[in-house]
Amino acid sequence: INPQKSSDLPVSSSSTSLPMFRNKTFSVRRRFSDFLGLYEKMSVKSSLHGCVIPPPPEKSVMGMTKVKVGKDDPSSAEFLERRRAALERYLQRVVCHPLLLQDPDVREFLEKEELPRAVNTQALSGAGFLKMINKASDAVNKMTIKMNESDTWFEDKLQEVESEEQQLRKLHAVVDSLVNHRKELCGNTAVFAKSMAMLGNSEDNTALSRALSQLAEVEDKMEQLHQEQAASDFFIFAELLADYIRLLGAVRGCFDQRMRAWQRWQEAQSTLQKKREAEAKLLWANKPDKLQQAKEEITEWEAKVTQYERDFDRIGVTVRKEVLRFEEEKAKDFKGQIVKYLESMLQSQQRLIKFWEAFLPEAKAIA
Amino acid sequence: MMGYLSVSLQPRAVNVDLQTDATLQVDISDALSERDKVKFTVHTKSTLPNFKQSEFSVVRQHEEFIWLHDSFVENEDYAGYIIPPAPPRPDFDASREKLQKLGEGEGSMTKEEFTKMKQELEAEYLAIFKKTVAMHEVFLCRVAAHPVLRKDLNFHVFLEYNQDLSVRGKNKKEKLEDFFKNVVKSADGVLVAGVKDVDDFFEHEKTFLLEYHNRVKDASAKSDRMIRSHKSTHTTALLRILLHHYAYYCTTTAPLRILLFFLKVSELFEKTRKIEARVAADEDLKLADLLKYYLRESQAAKDLLYRRGRALVDYENANKALDKARAKNRDVLQAETSQQLCCHKFEKISESAKQELIDFKTRRVAAFRKNLVELAELELKHAKGNLQLLQSCLSVLKGDT
Repeated sequence: INPQKSSDLPVSSSSTSLPMFRNKTFSVRRRFSDFLGLYEKMSVKSSLHGCVIPPPPEKSVMGMTKVKVGKDDPSSAEFLERRRAALERYLQRVVCHPLLLQDPDVREFLEKEELPRAVNTQALSGAGFLKMINKASDAVNKMTIKMNESDTWFEDKLQEVESEEQQLRKLHAVVDSLVNHRKELCGNTAVFAKSMAMLGNSEDNTALSRALSQLAEVEDKMEQLHQEQAASDFFIFAELLADYIRLLGAVRGCFDQRMRAWQRWQEAQSTLQKKREAEAKLLWANKPDKLQQAKEEITEWEAKVTQYERDFDRIGVTVRKEVLRFEEEKAKDFKGQIVKYLESMLQSQQRLIKFWEAFLPEAKAIA
Repeated sequence: MMGYLSVSLQPRAVNVDLQTDATLQVDISDALSERDKVKFTVHTKSTLPNFKQSEFSVVRQHEEFIWLHDSFVENEDYAGYIIPPAPPRPDFDASREKLQKLGEGEGSMTKEEFTKMKQELEAEYLAIFKKTVAMHEVFLCRVAAHPVLRKDLNFHVFLEYNQDLSVRGKNKKEKLEDFFKNVVKSADGVLVAGVKDVDDFFEHEKTFLLEYHNRVKDASAKSDRMIRSHKSTHTTALLRILLHHYAYYCTTTAPLRILLFFLKVSELFEKTRKIEARVAADEDLKLADLLKYYLRESQAAKDLLYRRGRALVDYENANKALDKARAKNRDVLQAETSQQLCCHKFEKISESAKQELIDFKTRRVAAFRKNLVELAELELKHAKGNLQLLQSCLSVLKGDT
């Protein structure tokens, strides 16, 4: 599976090559809101309940307005690249999920020429994904009926997930400060390079003057390297951490869904109980026509109770499977990104070596 | 936290290219850092008859170095020489503050983190200490290498007299006087610099030095800033990230291979971090210190030119006074004597100044060459070290999966 995409404001396109699709490679144009819409559709499907559905990237109002205004500065280019990469990762996660890949809405998203404009994306684009999850979570917790878990796996896992989310937040802050430090180093190196060039100009020994100018050039190249390293830090690490903070939110969402399924089952049971009590009363009161209705309602609710119990069990199974799958994916993801980061460091060092090897003879030539 | 620190030293500082001469060899063989002062052990080896012994040591503090330097500057006989710049005052304030802050924050970090940070800060303190010793040593070596200054009586007293020289630091009044002296001098300097010189060599030198000095000042400040941010950017942060994540994984039921993965990567980062710290330290030594030193030397050269300019102005004024006296036929003898003195002084300074400035150029070029070559070689060494570490780690990591 090779999803790729290129981003164009505010429209984006993607192309995939997959055996089950009609064509081998194809591309379509999608808006940012379409991605949000896809998530909306998937998150309400009961068939996908319990699944960890990858959350789409955050909508950043400020960044987007800058781009729309047509500002041609590096920060808006950075913003576009950031969004493009984020949307790409989002789609990759979606198609990596065996169930989601089968989903008709996903297929439609990837294949269909024109999509109707997505509605109901307010909650997502406004408050953001995590706020949405947390609100739902609070609602679940407020419900008065508490579950008695026979199997502590779910409680323990949820605990783990929550503490890992905290960890990742802390780490994200650290990476952010690293990125800023590196940018500062960039600036200082550029300034230093210029002052070295000036010094070289005023030096009256020819060979030394040339060497100093060369040194200034090396420092300029170092600044480039630092710049790229900062981008690397950011795109590889910071974004990885940010993605997983949101993904862990999605995992928490699954646990909440299971809770809600349980609650629905419990409520159905209590409703059934009430219906039975009502029937008993009617038997006493001897109202045969109402009795018939009551019996029908009881049958209906018995079926519902059975259904909801089955739903609950099914979700439980799904959540367990999903969490395991998620953890494997996460380990793979982290490993992959770290290897990528090490490779970029390696390339950096190779270029550094080239710069200094070119400079050394100039320094030796000073006389 | 740092009560005192004693350090045994390595051979000489690198910023000057000096010929060692058996007749007089000076070095700082030992140094002690106490609460608020540093005590240098100045060790001398000499075949000169002026000294009572052929080898001896005394203990000196920073103020005594300054006294010696100032005595050279104030000596009229040395007006025609570049006076070796005085070493900067030992400054451990920043380092001490950091160590203190660390001590205060001890409760808020793990024992491992604390030990690591403490080691880092102690190494920093040691580096600053070594530098200040080197700079004091270079000053003495420059004096010892100078054909005229090495014979100075104050210098011999400095080297040999094994009691305290009792040169207390300047008090407030003296410091204020100094301040005014400097203001007057710089105003005068501007005046004197404005006088066009008949001699092309000196005219060129004046223009050159003025521009060069300013640019070295700029480059020195900017190199300091760059190196400071280099020091705070290294991958310690990333290392901690990985250690945290890895520690987290330890508490869950993560498979062993994942634990090993993180362990290998955090080991790698520990090693690359050390290399990166050394890169910043080397850049500091070879580049920043070089620029700082030549900032001070070029100032000393400017001072020489100023003194010569001053003597020229005095000479020209004496000429004018003589002409006036001859015209009025009054105090002619006095004017003649005065004019002769000024002439003699000016010519003496010019003669030695020319050689001094040529020597300065030679020294400067040699020092830059040495340091730039060493800088490049060190950068290459470290980059290759990093490269090797990364290559071997990556091959292990990729091979495992």
